[in-house]
Amino acid sequence: MTSPLMELRDIKKHFTKKADFAGKIAQRFGAATGDETVFAVDGVNLTIAKGEVLGLVGESGCGKSTLGRIVAGIHQATSGDVSYGGLDLSDLTKSEQARVTLEIQMIFQDPFSSLNPRMRVEQIVGEAPLVHGLCTAQEQSDYVDQVLTQVGLDPMLKRRYPHQFSGGQRQRIGIARALAVKPKFLVCDESIAALDVSIQAQVINLFMELRDRLDLTYLFISHDLSVVQHISDRIAIMYLGRIVEVAPTEELFAAPNHPYTQALLSEVPRIDQRNREFGAIKGEIPSPLDPPSGCHFHPRCPFAQPICSEQSPPTREISKDWKSVCHFSQNMGIVA
Amino acid sequence: MTDKVLVTKDLETVFSMRDGDAKAVNGVSLSVGRGEVLGLVGESGSGKSVTGFSIIGLVDAPGRIAKGSIKFQGTELVGMSENDLRALRGNRIAMIFQDPMMTLNPVLRIDTQMLEAILAHRKMPRAQALARCRDVLNLVGIAAPEERLKTYPHELSGGMRQRVAIAIAFLNEPDLIIADEPTTALDVTIQAQIIHEAQKLCRLTGTAMIWITHDLAVVAGIADRIAVMYAGRIVEQGTVDEVIDTPAHPYTVGLLGSVPSANKRGVPLRQIPGMTPNILSLPVGCPFRERCSRADEMCQVEPSRHVVREDRDWFCHHPHIAPDTSEATQ
Ligand SMILES: Nc1ncnc2c1ncn2[C@@H]1O[C@H](COP(=O)(O)OP(=O)(O)OP(=O)(O)O)[C@@H](O)[C@H]1O
Ligand SMILES: Nc1ncnc2c1ncn2[C@@H]1O[C@H](COP(=O)(O)OP(=O)(O)OP(=O)(O)O)[C@@H](O)[C@H]1O
Ligand code: SF4
Ligand SMILES: [Mg+2]
Ligand SMILES: [Mg+2]
Repeated sequence: MTSPLMELRDIKKHFTKKADFAGKIAQRFGAATGDETVFAVDGVNLTIAKGEVLGLVGESGCGKSTLGRIVAGIHQATSGDVSYGGLDLSDLTKSEQARVTLEIQMIFQDPFSSLNPRMRVEQIVGEAPLVHGLCTAQEQSDYVDQVLTQVGLDPMLKRRYPHQFSGGQRQRIGIARALAVKPKFLVCDESIAALDVSIQAQVINLFMELRDRLDLTYLFISHDLSVVQHISDRIAIMYLGRIVEVAPTEELFAAPNHPYTQALLSEVPRIDQRNREFGAIKGEIPSPLDPPSGCHFHPRCPFAQPICSEQSPPTREISKDWKSVCHFSQNMGIVA
Repeated sequence: MTDKVLVTKDLETVFSMRDGDAKAVNGVSLSVGRGEVLGLVGESGSGKSVTGFSIIGLVDAPGRIAKGSIKFQGTELVGMSENDLRALRGNRIAMIFQDPMMTLNPVLRIDTQMLEAILAHRKMPRAQALARCRDVLNLVGIAAPEERLKTYPHELSGGMRQRVAIAIAFLNEPDLIIADEPTTALDVTIQAQIIHEAQKLCRLTGTAMIWITHDLAVVAGIADRIAVMYAGRIVEQGTVDEVIDTPAHPYTVGLLGSVPSANKRGVPLRQIPGMTPNILSLPVGCPFRERCSRADEMCQVEPSRHVVREDRDWFCHHPHIAPDTSEATQ
């Protein structure tokens, strides 16, 4: 691997909520209710190489969007360093800042609230390219048409407002807006979740083509393992604020090491499973408000031993580019 | 059949705009029985959500139901007063919106909103209602429901907001739930948990469900029957096995072919050629004609309904199934 384009070192993001009135009274009387802290991202190390697609997968609420926002420079991490192309994201000059915010684009999970309802699609997509000199005022209209066509939207509809579009159409407006400024690094947060398979295919093909043509780099957040498997070079598995396994896609799917990865892969719904009986989640779902001690996964792990609740497991290298964070990572994978 | 919870007939919903009337829903006839799950699938923009909005009476101007009927437990909903509709909504009929913020109010705490959803429709001591809220949040896989009840929507992750919206729809155990892409942003374990609860609800209380999704793998797992929508119409219907194993309509065949797991990793995915048609300028004849590999001159005439059974039909001149499986063409 060449030197990484993006590097995250021990990133943490904690949201603290002050105790409410009742809580404060209780505190005064000596109760330990105190402020509530959500450990949304809890010590993440990751690197992403130029031109690479890194998939980020994990349970709802495990901190993927929060991590994505930190990578895109939208959130400040509570602690830790983010470096992009050798620059420290928290310490940029004004001109570097302007360049980096343009180069790193995020496609948001929520296409509904991330689009300004009072702007027409042509403005939403065409404004930034004009401001940043990617097209002239005369070219703007054609430029917008071209970007909309790429994501499968009819340019005839560009004078409409976001609420006049279907869910999947809105999601594509968000994709078009991000692509319009010719980014170098794209954070895609569940960007194709609401798209039907045929348009999903079109957008995935577009992403891959852009990567080949422009050497675009992606952090691709998705819960859909078949999509992530299709598009990613490497996959990072996140659990309750921490990365528990990172591996090249093929290796991960062939022999998942971490027990959580194993559990995740065994659940993928497949079209040949009909009218199936879905199972309830086994055990209590842990909360980032009060993460379990030691290995966060231990309450749900079929392999857990006493050590798992006592100590955080070390990060161990399974092979080149493949890391797993489990006390028993040497013995795992063989079983799979 | 009397155990049908919902029957729509030739439903047409139109948005009147400067550039013309857009028929977002164009003659949709479907039905769902007690305890049954109907999967409604189709391309983005094909009219799935608008079909749902029409059923619960939430089509806003410049949109309107132009034609057709919607019978809910025998009662006609088209033309019903807003007051009567409001009494049904959230109580006997619930919709899980594709955008959870259509259900959630950004400035109110989750507990306030969930309590309101219960207490608007029934009398119950507050403490009991709160306990119900906690239970239902648990069912949809929300950890620490006690603390989460006290938060505002923006403090939740995308998938948590989606699950709170699902919980609100489950609260009053309605007779019909229209679930619009309810699990799009959810990982497989939580998706399985929610589908498990939905299945249980259907089985135990007889709730009928319309499950709108683009995810054929999910729909294969949960639905009893599938209706495939294209450009405002239902182009094919049948049991899950029929639609997935022996699809008749070329559009359904195209949909099944684009599923990522049916394609080789890294190789471009198979796409249905061409673009989703603009509903303002549909081709004459079969709406799929311009993207269909089987199209010929015949397709310039709109195909009529080919009926195998009341709930197995398609609209295509050249279906992938040999025509002798039919009994009659209507
Ligand atoms: N308020 C509106 N005004 C004008 N057109 C609208 C409005 N709402 C929806 N439409 C149009 O109606 C058609 C059907 O939209 P609908 O939201 O039902 O699609 P959908 O099948 O749910 O798609 P998706 O899977 O992308 O959510 C689309 O072409 C859309 O642009
Ligand atoms: N602004 C905020 N204030 C307080 N807590 C927050 C805020 N944003 C996120 N959180 C919390 O941080 C945790 C991680 O949220 P995040 O949105 O990163 O999850 P996610 O992995 O993207 O989940 P999903 O798949 O459901 O979108 C959650 O517990 C969430 O409630
Ligand atoms: S460290 Fe222990 S609890 Fe955690 S995944 Fe490994 S075996 Fe399971
Ligand atoms: Mg998220
Ligand atoms: Mg929709």
